[in-house]
Amino acid sequence: MSVVKTVTVKAGQQHAFKVFTAGFATWWPSSHHIGKADMAEAILEQREGGRWYERGVDGSECDWGSVLVYDPPNRVVVSWHLNGEWAYDPDPARASEVEVRFIAEGPDVTRVELEHRHFERHGDNWEAVATGVNGDGGWAGILRGYAEVAGA
Amino acid sequence: MATYRTDGLGALGDPTRRAVFELVATGPKAVGELARELPISRPAVSQHLKVLKEAGLVIDDAVGTRRLYRVDPSGVAALRAYLDLVWDRALAAYAAAVENTPEEPS
Repeated sequence: MSVVKTVTVKAGQQHAFKVFTAGFATWWPSSHHIGKADMAEAILEQREGGRWYERGVDGSECDWGSVLVYDPPNRVVVSWHLNGEWAYDPDPARASEVEVRFIAEGPDVTRVELEHRHFERHGDNWEAVATGVNGDGGWAGILRGYAEVAGA
Repeated sequence: MATYRTDGLGALGDPTRRAVFELVATGPKAVGELARELPISRPAVSQHLKVLKEAGLVIDDAVGTRRLYRVDPSGVAALRAYLDLVWDRALAAYAAAVENTPEEPS
């Protein structure tokens, strides 16, 4: 199961890639994070095997996943270790994957294709959340997050 | 210049339908019970449940003479709808950042 998105930006391929990766902290919505502390910044390390993580306002760090492919300015793939409680799950078999492709359509136009796939792998934990309807970890928390995004 | 796919935003995009879903998420409910707790008619509740069912968010069971709706325990459709919106929002912010960040001469 996957979510596929396409966005076309008015910039060259190099620049589009750089803002996505090196500039990750400049655009990632700070409301979307999984650490316990409020998020100060989100960081995507620019190398294969690098970390993808957030740093909280209290200096704590919370991993999101790893950089699986780093191929500037064409492609970046990261794993997303999100479990049913929206916390880091170290088991790679339960991680989903986000692939982002940068396709030059002209010197100043780049098409960015994003595919978030295999999130059914979050499966077992996700089911626990779906059935645990009380508390922030259950549907209430998910729906609140959803409503915030939908209303943005 | 930014274009997005707006299809597939998910059955939860409608606030009333989200309210129906939230009530169903508190435990199995019949159409009548939902209609009593919401400011909408039974046919309207049924219509929202139909959409939620088609989206894979709820399932229904016959219990005696009643039909009860409950959240689909796999929950994957809800996760998909949620992630769909997360990425819409993130990519909108990304597109704005690309165009507002000065390009370094290469």
